[in-house]
This record gives sequence, structure tokens and C-alpha cells, in this order.
Amino acid sequence: MWNYSEKVQEHFFNPRNAGELEEANGIGDVGSLSCGDALRLMLKVDPDTETILDARFQTFGCGSAIASSSALTEIIKGKTLDEALAVSNQDIADYLDGLPPEKMHCSVMGREALQAAVANYKGEEWSDDHEEGALVCKCFAIDEVMIEDTIRANHLSTVQDVTHYTKAGGGCSACHEGIEDILNRVLAERGEAPVGSNLQPSDSRSEGHIIPDDQVSGVWVSSSAGEKAMTAADVAADAMAALSQIELPDTPVVPDTAPVTGNTAKPVMNNLQRMRRIEAVIERVRPQLQRDHGDVELIDIDGSNIHIRLTGACTNCQLASMTLSGIQQQMMEELGEFVKLIPVKSAAVGV
Amino acid sequence: METIYLDNNATTRVDPEVVETMLPYFTEQFGNPSSLHEYGNRVGLALKKARGQIQALLGAEYDTEIVFTSCGTESDSTAILSALKAQPQRREIITTQVEHPAVLALCEHLEKEGYTVHYLAVDGQGRLDLEQYQSLLSEQTAIVSVMWANNETGTFFPVLEMAEMAHARGVMFHTDAVQAVGKIPMDLKNSKIDMLSLSGHKLHGPKGIGVLYLRRGTRFRPLLRGGHQERGRRAGTENAASIVALGKAAELALQAMEHENTEVRRLRDKLEKGILSQVNYAFITGDPDNRLPNTSNIAFEYIEGESILLMLNKFGIAASSGSACTSGSLEPSHVMRAMGLPYTAAHGTVRFSLSRDTTEADIDRVIVVLPGIIDQLRTLSPYWKYNAPVKESFDPAYA
Repeated sequence: MWNYSEKVQEHFFNPRNAGELEEANGIGDVGSLSCGDALRLMLKVDPDTETILDARFQTFGCGSAIASSSALTEIIKGKTLDEALAVSNQDIADYLDGLPPEKMHCSVMGREALQAAVANYKGEEWSDDHEEGALVCKCFAIDEVMIEDTIRANHLSTVQDVTHYTKAGGGCSACHEGIEDILNRVLAERGEAPVGSNLQPSDSRSEGHIIPDDQVSGVWVSSSAGEKAMTAADVAADAMAALSQIELPDTPVVPDTAPVTGNTAKPVMNNLQRMRRIEAVIERVRPQLQRDHGDVELIDIDGSNIHIRLTGACTNCQLASMTLSGIQQQMMEELGEFVKLIPVKSAAVGV
Repeated sequence: METIYLDNNATTRVDPEVVETMLPYFTEQFGNPSSLHEYGNRVGLALKKARGQIQALLGAEYDTEIVFTSCGTESDSTAILSALKAQPQRREIITTQVEHPAVLALCEHLEKEGYTVHYLAVDGQGRLDLEQYQSLLSEQTAIVSVMWANNETGTFFPVLEMAEMAHARGVMFHTDAVQAVGKIPMDLKNSKIDMLSLSGHKLHGPKGIGVLYLRRGTRFRPLLRGGHQERGRRAGTENAASIVALGKAAELALQAMEHENTEVRRLRDKLEKGILSQVNYAFITGDPDNRLPNTSNIAFEYIEGESILLMLNKFGIAASSGSACTSGSLEPSHVMRAMGLPYTAAHGTVRFSLSRDTTEADIDRVIVVLPGIIDQLRTLSPYWKYNAPVKESFDPAYA
């Protein structure tokens, strides 16, 4: 049984605004019987104010598809078309207190129906560029199509590359075999050697630096192909670094040439500047954690040891050590020096 | 609310008699059967008895043909990998498109390692083409692995006949009989089946215990090495409590065989008649005349299986579905796809699997509740209006 939130169940068993809307002047149809889910969204729009006066839906699909449709109609009623179009699929999922990763496509379908309905109201054609495949990485909900497209577009050749670019594989690492299979398929098309060969020390492409275990998380990791075999912690740290690049454009970009070690990379700063920068990093990551009902606070700075406390949902999160690695990575990028993040008390995790 | 459990092909309730039988093996009877003292000896004798009980259920010639494993999946893997290792010159496997993932996923993996796997197709009712099968058997074939009964539809494959055909070509035959054991009588000693997998928790035994039946004289290579247990065929200290329990479960299954094929079958048929007489655009999948007595798989067109299950669950009824959404994959079950189920129905299949625990009242309640659920979901569906499909008027350009 899926781990559906109370709210998903509630909207499934008692869907709001279900059924036909006779006076609809904007209709969005998406999905198909053979795909297993389909949705018709009907809008009644006030032509003068472009406000959605009423919204109703009809859905063929699973529990979360019906709940997502119900949530969507509730969210957009009373909004102007522009406001409604600003609703993301994440908003729909949030409204329902989250959806299981395998079910996020249900919220995507809701958003597509909305775009289609607005286009229909305006007399436009809406074209769907969305394609989805089987879910590969369950930690970050990344599907096969996205991984394969990213591998092709960026000429990726290792699992680690894929994690850099898509986040897939950055969590529990259970999907690494699946990612390798996709890589091998694409590499074979390109006439290149399969993934495993990258891990052989004798491989001519292995020019990356060997990272001593004791400072594995203290060094920037090159994202170039041909890296030595990495530990799971490295991959996780890298995933967070990649994540930070995507979501926080002001973060310095990880250099994709040789690894850079600390002190020479950035000018020396005084203690106050340094402290402010550390605080800034903490503030920057907090919204991400809060979105997952977690949080982090700075406790103390003791030389290169930075003590923090993970709270809320982070406390028992199995990915907490990854979160720590990610913050540490950002911290080092910001400061240009090696620092170690030490979780205190309530965060029962080890880095 | 009284709950109604109709998902016995997923797992069964452990019979209270079985629980009672196994409990002492966690406490006073804790010995290691390999030990040369009284503690070990007593457990060793109990294992011997369990082996005999399973031998009786399967109609095997010798009790030493019973090898205990941890589950059906391990038995399947052991059988197929053994056949490949024991006959390295043979590089082909024959199986079907509708096997359990325990066999299919292994075969797909073996393909990557260079083996050739032939997946026999099925027709709309889940039946094999034996001529195609005959044409694929060759000196290259290391093993045929074909399930006795399909877990989703209950449809039987003619494994006895297929084993004969394999032997006539000198090919080893394995059957995954996880769903069939305990539900239909078996007489392996008079068959050509070389290996057979079964799982304890499908026949009112505990989870974590399985059996590989290994006909005497069959060439064999163990999956697990490291000890003399199971005559060197499966190393690792025996799961004594579960083995004893499985022995008891086998004995009870043999006693209930008649009931399974009369009373359980009657209830299953009543359920189907009760539903299909009230719900239109619904039909039985698989081969209605040749299937397990306890299994009913019904396709409801124009609605989706997971939402049916969620509604049923709200009414305290447990069933399962081959819908994509229940598994997290985007495709409906491989069994439904292999049978070429119409796309209007492929996502709307629900499996009801009964057992000797199922009562008349259970079935009556499902017959009362289910039609309303189907009606409610169809009312929500854009493909349905006025008690009939309207798919002509709903055909999104963006699939």
C-alpha cells in the first residue's frame, strides 16, 4: 500500500468539484486510457477579469491522480489565469501534504491539464513536451527518460556524472545498477566501453586524483569523467553539490577541471567575514530543508570544525548524512577552505 | 469492522496449528540439527519428519529430494543457475512471458551475461503454443522453466506434458509451482519434472521458508556453498522452526485439498457470477476453464485498479491489482500485456484470491460492495457517461 498522506486519502474518497461543468469555456484534456491516467479539467473563466469562477474535473486514474485533480481545482478557483498558471506541480503535491515519489507524475498531469485548459480558453494550441519513463532513482524521483536524455545531451559516461547532472543515484545508491544499464546502452550506441571499465585503475582515462579516505569529504571532487572509484559518501556529497547548483544559482559553480584545495583558492578573510559567510550558507540551505519539514541551526565555530544541529524531520532522516555532506560542500565552496561539519546531539547521524 | 482477506496469492494467514507446531523450536527445541548431542538430534528428527510431510504433498519418490531454501525466489534462482553451471556447453533457456519476476528478472540478467532466453508467448486467455515450444527445444537448451499456475490469473500451464517434451529432447525441466502447491494434487514421482519451487507462506506456512524439489539423479550445482546441510546442496544452518512449520502446513494442505477444489472453487465461482451479473464492461482474464480453484482476476474497463483497491480497502476488503499504479511502474502488469488485454481494461484488473479461510459471508459482502465502487469510479471518469463508455468524445491529443 502506498504511503498516502491523510489529505490525499481525504481528497480521493471525497473529491471536490468532480463531474462535468456545463458552462465551461476552457477545457484541458490530457492522458490516455492506455497510459493508465487521464484528466479533463473544465474551467469557467470570467472574460472581463480572466478570473476562474469555477473549476471541475473528471479523472480516470489511481488514487493520487484523483486526489491531485481535486486539489488542483481547489487551488485555482478564484485565481486569475496568470495566477493559476504560476501553480506548479510541486504546489499541488504540497497542497496534499506530499505525494510518494512514484506518484509525482500525477501532479504533473494536473499542471498539464491546467496549461491545456488555459490554452483552450485562449483559443491556442498547447503542445506537450513532457515525456516520462520508468522511475529509476526513487530518492529523487528521476525517471529513465530524463537520465537517458541527460546522458546523450552531455556525453556522460559514468554513474557519478549522471548523479552530478540529474541527482539520480545520489541518495541510497540502490539504483546505481539501473543507471549503469542505461549508461551501457547509450555507450554501446556511441561505440564506447561499458561503465565498469572506468573503474579499472589501469584505464587510460583515469586521470582523476586519488582521494585519501581520511579527507574524502574535505576536497572538492572533480566532475570530469574518468574519476577513480568513489565511495557512496562522495557520490552523495556530489549530488548535493549538484543540487545546490540547480537550486541556488548564486553558489559558485564546482570547477570541472582539477580539484582545488582550500586556502589558495580564495583570499584570506577575517573572523567576522568568515562567520558571516558560514551563517549565509546556513540561511541559504534552510528553505530547502524546511520544505521537507526539517531545519538546521549553527551552534558553534571552532576553527575548521563547524558545529550544527539538524532538527525537525532531518533528525531521523536516513538521508541526513547526505544533507550534512551537501552543506559541508557548500560551506567549503563559500569559504575556500577545508571545514568539517559536526552535527551535535539531536542529529543522530555520522558524516 | 470485520476485514475480508481475498489476497491469498500474495500470502496466506499462518494456520494456528502451524504456529503451535513451530513455537517450541524457538524455545526448548533450540538445538542445531548438525550437533552430535540430544539437542541437535531432536531437531534433526523433526526436520526429517517435515521432509516426509512435504514429500507426501508433492508425491515425490524420496524425502531426500526435498531441499529447504529461504523462499520461492531462492528455489527458482538455484534451479536455473544450477542447470547453467552443470551444463556449461548449453547456453539457452526457455521460459514464458508471464513468469513471476523471480524467474523473469533472473533471465533478463542472464541475457546480459550472454545466455539466450526464449520467452514463450501466450494467447488472449494466457495459454501457450506448444508447437512453438517444441520447435525451440534443442541441444542448446540448458533448462526449461515454466510456472505451474500463473499468480495473477491462476491459469495452468501443461507442465506435465511440457516436461515430457523436454525430456524427450534431453532437456532439464523446472517449474515454479509456488501458486499451485497445496491447491491441486501432485504426483511428481510419476512425472518428468526435474525441479520444482514452492514457498511456505502461500500455503498457510510462515514466510522465509521455501523448498526446491530436486529429482534424484538430476545434475546439480549449489547456489550457497559452505556447509554439509541439505546434503551439501544448500549450505547454511537450517531454519528449523520454519521447516517444521512448513511440514505441518503441507500436512494440512493435503487434508484440505478436497475442500480447496470443491468449496473454495464454489465460493470463487459465486463471487464471479455475483459481480459480473451486476457490473457491465467487466470480464474474467485468463483461461476460465483451466485455472486455480481459488483465483479470480476480473478486468473492469474504463477505471483504474489502484483506485478500486483503495475503495475496497476502505470497506475492509483486501485484494490486489495488476495496475501500473499499484507497483509504481508505468506499465500495467506484464501478464496482462502478454495476454494482449484491451487497453480499456489493462489498468483495471483486480485479483481476488480465496483460501480455506474464506467464508460465504465474505463473498456475499464483496458482491454487495463492489458494484457501487465501480459505479462511483466510473462516474468520476471522463470516459464514462450514462452507464456506458464515451471514449469517442474524450480523446486527448496529449497522451
